[in-house]
Amino acid sequence: MYVAVKGGESAIAAAHTLLAKERRGDPAVPELTTEQIREQLTLAVDRVMSEGSLYDRDLAALAIKQARGDLIEAIFLVRAYRSTLPRFGYAEPIETSAMTIRRRISATFKDLPGGQVLGPTFDYTHRLLDDSLNGGAAGTPSSPARKPVSEDAKVPHVADLLGHQGLIEPNPETESAAPVGDLTRDPLSFPAERDLRLQSLARGDEGLLLALGYSTQRGYGRTHPFAGEIRLGEVEVHLAPEELGFEVPLGTITVTECEMVNQFKGSAESPPQFTRGYGLAFGHCERKTMSMALVDRALRARELGEEIVAPAQDEEFVLSHADNVQATGFVEHLKLPHYVDFQAELQLVRQMRREWEDAQRKEAAE
Amino acid sequence: MSDAATYNFGYLDEQTKRMIRRALLKAMAIPGYQVPFASREMPMPYGWGTGGVQVTASVLGADDTLKVIDQGADDTTNAVSIRKFFERTAGIATTTHTSEATVIQTRHRIPEAPLREGQILVYQVPIPEPLRFLEPRETETRRLHALEDYGLMQVKLYEDIARHGHIATTYAYPVKVDGRYIMDPSPTPKFDNPKMDMCPAIQLFGAGREKRIYALPPYTKVVSLDFEDHPFERTKFDRGCALCGSEGIYLDEVVTDDRGGRMFVCSDTDFCESQRAAPSEAGHGLHEVPR
Repeated sequence: MYVAVKGGESAIAAAHTLLAKERRGDPAVPELTTEQIREQLTLAVDRVMSEGSLYDRDLAALAIKQARGDLIEAIFLVRAYRSTLPRFGYAEPIETSAMTIRRRISATFKDLPGGQVLGPTFDYTHRLLDDSLNGGAAGTPSSPARKPVSEDAKVPHVADLLGHQGLIEPNPETESAAPVGDLTRDPLSFPAERDLRLQSLARGDEGLLLALGYSTQRGYGRTHPFAGEIRLGEVEVHLAPEELGFEVPLGTITVTECEMVNQFKGSAESPPQFTRGYGLAFGHCERKTMSMALVDRALRARELGEEIVAPAQDEEFVLSHADNVQATGFVEHLKLPHYVDFQAELQLVRQMRREWEDAQRKEAAE
Repeated sequence: MSDAATYNFGYLDEQTKRMIRRALLKAMAIPGYQVPFASREMPMPYGWGTGGVQVTASVLGADDTLKVIDQGADDTTNAVSIRKFFERTAGIATTTHTSEATVIQTRHRIPEAPLREGQILVYQVPIPEPLRFLEPRETETRRLHALEDYGLMQVKLYEDIARHGHIATTYAYPVKVDGRYIMDPSPTPKFDNPKMDMCPAIQLFGAGREKRIYALPPYTKVVSLDFEDHPFERTKFDRGCALCGSEGIYLDEVVTDDRGGRMFVCSDTDFCESQRAAPSEAGHGLHEVPR
């Protein structure tokens, strides 16, 4: 019996073998390639890149395959790889108004400069299972004819259109050379500034942000949001190496950006105007960026002098629990042996029961 | 990517080790104070000992001998896993013998054999903040530590006594370090607390997920919190180990059948084996303890 707790080493090796077997599934079915994941499970790849904080479609696809489709496990794989990578420098801020737009919608204006571009969206699909996708006989979908909008023209942000009239608060002015916080290099401390909050939310769990954003809509820290704009497309990333003194393009990345326009009553110092909530993520992550923008706005309660009454407004609560790699680790570590502590508790419960029984007996005798 | 040669000695890069060593030095200079550090994402999950692994990686040298225990045992799955991690990434010697080790990483136990000068004991810590379950906010607990305002903890212990007649904390039992900071000893059973006091070895604590490091330099005064009329009591077992016969050590209860059969054996497997190897009249052999 006692030997059962021995042999951890061979048990681990056997578990790894079983895992590999489960991952492969029925060998009669062709093995999934990482290229197929990269090209056909793109939204899973996008989520892994966003929450894994590493823009690499191939590595994300590999991680998804290795994790058997468990996206949090895949995010963890990507993060653990990322943490060993050397830092060459920090890129210049991306310019999303210069984005090559694939999708751009605004819920606040019927038409606007740059137009509404629906793009690839589930929004108006009927959620009926499509049997034609079964068996791989669906063929190659064609590209629809496309109006040549905004191919080279800048598409202004909706918030900037409001900004011209002073109807929305301006974005805070920052020097481009000012250092931006990095919670992967410095421990997070509270109160956290917005740069760190946005970084934390961008890496944060989509499910948590969705629930928290939803809670603000249901009255727990209401912010009266409008989807000012959601845009998806490609932007160039530039780096300005110190020794060169000018910017060099590194390539393009796909991002989704959401700007929420929220109500604000104004105060003695500032006139009534709309306020902003911001969301940005790698790839096509609309649900994530919308939730992020809602939570970002809710977390600005302190800055805007609002009463902090709801979980989504509570910076320490939100930021301490947003990271799904941390959360899953600590929840799942309950699987590890705790028998030393449990033994201590067992001793105590037995002692307390003895004391209780003695007291009962004494009471009965009296 | 899978090639161990592409990783630095002990996995972490030297810049990261330097950052962690700075935190360790600060922690040693202020015993019991929780130093924030930029914890890295490690290739094992948070909760599996990422803090301890980062501390160990930062103090290991090529001529060190490492021992890893979990629940007192060298052969529990996570201890095996962490030991293999350092065998692979640092290529250092490992041992299961407490006396041979220069660095010991532990989860939930302090070895039974006394530690000596020159040894380093690295604890894996899940929640470094002893006040966390009394006050969930970090901003608030940091203030309480700064002001040495430990009334909350005193009240908690007092309420235990009022309700149960004794302090109802059996592990992660809070200690006061060098007369200043209240510290969480990690979830070791309170049985082990007295071993921390005036220990000749360096004791380092790493909490990866919570991004905190703290330390006890050698020969630091560590007092388990108590009251004059309710002094700290070490957990006592009313029997010895069923395998080696040792008494006054911490025991694991092993369920041997579904009819209430139990046996109690040393939690510290290395201690148990060395006791059985040593020629002595002790050693009762395997037997079941009737209920």
